[in-house]
Amino acid sequence: MSETQTNIAARPWADKDATPFIRIKNVTKKFGEFVAVENVSLDIYRGELFCLLGGSGSGKSTLLRMMSGFETLTSGSIEIDGQDMAGVAPYDRQTNMMFQSYALFPHMSVEKNIAYGLKRERIAKAEIKQRVEEIISMVQLDQFATRMPHQLSGGQRQRVALARALVKKPKLLLLDEPMGALDKKLREETQFELINIQESLGVTFVVVTHDQEEAMTLSTRIGVMTDGEIVQVGEPREIYEYPRSRFVADFIGSVNMFEGQVKEDADDHVIISSPDAGADIYVAHGVSCTLGQKIAVAVRPEKIQLSKARPNNARNILKGKVDEIAYLGNLSVYQLLLETGKRVRVTQSNLSRVGDDAITYEDEVFMSWSGGAGVVLQS
Amino acid sequence: MSSPATPRKTKLPFGSFLERILSKLGLRGRTLVIAIPTLWLFVFFLVPFLVVAKISLSEAMIARPPYSSIWNWDDGVLNLTLNFGNYLFLLEDTLYFAAYMESVKIAFVSTVFALLIGFPMAYTIARSPDSRRNILLMLVILPFWTSFLLRVYAWIGFLKTNGLINAFLLATGIIDEPLIMLQTDFAVYVGIVYTYLPFMILPLYANLVKLDDALLEAASDLGAKPAMTFLTVTLPLAVPGIIAGSMLVFIPAIGEFVIPALLGGPDTLMIGSVLWNEFFSNRDWPVASAVALVMLAVLVVPIMILRKAQAASEGASQ
Repeated sequence: MSETQTNIAARPWADKDATPFIRIKNVTKKFGEFVAVENVSLDIYRGELFCLLGGSGSGKSTLLRMMSGFETLTSGSIEIDGQDMAGVAPYDRQTNMMFQSYALFPHMSVEKNIAYGLKRERIAKAEIKQRVEEIISMVQLDQFATRMPHQLSGGQRQRVALARALVKKPKLLLLDEPMGALDKKLREETQFELINIQESLGVTFVVVTHDQEEAMTLSTRIGVMTDGEIVQVGEPREIYEYPRSRFVADFIGSVNMFEGQVKEDADDHVIISSPDAGADIYVAHGVSCTLGQKIAVAVRPEKIQLSKARPNNARNILKGKVDEIAYLGNLSVYQLLLETGKRVRVTQSNLSRVGDDAITYEDEVFMSWSGGAGVVLQS
Repeated sequence: MSSPATPRKTKLPFGSFLERILSKLGLRGRTLVIAIPTLWLFVFFLVPFLVVAKISLSEAMIARPPYSSIWNWDDGVLNLTLNFGNYLFLLEDTLYFAAYMESVKIAFVSTVFALLIGFPMAYTIARSPDSRRNILLMLVILPFWTSFLLRVYAWIGFLKTNGLINAFLLATGIIDEPLIMLQTDFAVYVGIVYTYLPFMILPLYANLVKLDDALLEAASDLGAKPAMTFLTVTLPLAVPGIIAGSMLVFIPAIGEFVIPALLGGPDTLMIGSVLWNEFFSNRDWPVASAVALVMLAVLVVPIMILRKAQAASEGASQ
């Protein structure tokens, strides 16, 4: 993490003295006996695009709804911009929410939907008109201003929902699965648009999503949630390359997990004897562990090289047979079977159009990865 | 009914044999399905309507039936006598106009009260948890399990001078002498609102239960306090339900006969009672028929306007 030190202004979370914009302290939310959010503490900084990532029932939406004021806290506190939000009704908060269903008012035109929030603030009519026009052209809906929501496509509705929330110039914009209802292609386009809007307005965004790719694309930082708890917070790269638990490694992207025991523990490396892999695995970073401790090594599929001949200078080499191949265009995904019965997933970029000695089904191949590719997971 | 634009054959479930017979008769399955309700409306609505229309154009006489025929066949000449005198009579005697006005007024005021009482009830039911919702709906429908007549009679017991309400008010010292409630317009309002309240609640409920919670949250999120959310989101979206419920109360209330007869006083003048008197007391069938037809006209025009408004607003909300 050498770049951690660079450009602290753009990454306030790396600065220990920076004041967080949102302070979530020991927040717990129970619905009857069910604990939806358990003792979550989290700091989010001004101007961030923070993603809460988790599966359904992980508590991410509940946490978002507590920030917007729709749910009360069972215990703990949420501070936004230095103000404790306890007892502040949603209509008195300077936060706005973009709903997963968009929640556009079906009986109002696009303009009226967008103007709704401004009208509640008793702003002069001329100013409302001007601000609505500005935001409508920002989200490129100019020719749809007088349409009703049911006359719009999914993508257009999503823009209206975004414009309606942004036009109030909130301190904090909360987005609940903002791309959930869009198809893949549109989603990818919209993601970058959302980042542009967020950067140009400088509003702090908190996005809830279950889509890890979306979280990786959008966010400055990601908070991974499961069973009501935040299990890891970090920049997308950090989360992907240095997952701290089996859950995070598995949830973000795909991963090969080799279970084993610590065989050799040095300052700059560890060796794990893994019955899963049928070999010793070399990891080139020190781990605070004890000899004989049960541990797992996670290796990303794209960090493994495949070759028909045994590579000479690789730290880790395993031999296996090709079981399945999935051709995805830019990549191919190989499913390899080790002699131990363990399956290993490897992805290789398809650099040339046709390989003469392309690896195919039933081939005996060697998998290799460097010492820096694996990550040791203790929990 | 079969349009040339739909040449596709509709297969009947019981085989091609029946289909072949029907097609020989020039009938398709689709036509047959529509034919049944059409026939029903023809026999039980259109024919009686034409009979009533015919009677309204005849003259009253002491005979059996008690009206003249509007045509007679005499020596190869068909004489058609249309007597519009009954309609003119309705215009001449201010009683009828007053009765129509009074009926419209009573029906309108009752509808407003039914709406004011029914809306909060429907809203509460629609917003309650699923498990309680069915019980509450059951309670709304439950009164229908006893005779309508009995329930109106029961109100006599409540409203009469020595009835339950007066007894309670006297016992608690709120009043010194009993209130006269029975045989007044007040009692008629109570009776109509009570009787037709479920017809208001059910369509309103059906509308309000579809209201998406996210819309209310969105309004709140955008800065609307609860009262403002109600006025700008809940109420406008409930308009189709309000219209449907109001029509279901207003239309039967305008022709109501039993409630004013039992609860109303001698001053309560409703067109339903007038109709009854013309028919059974005066045995003036032609005038009674004219009264009925004018009432239909009075009702059809506002209904058509409301239907149009409803269709327009439904088109907008979908």
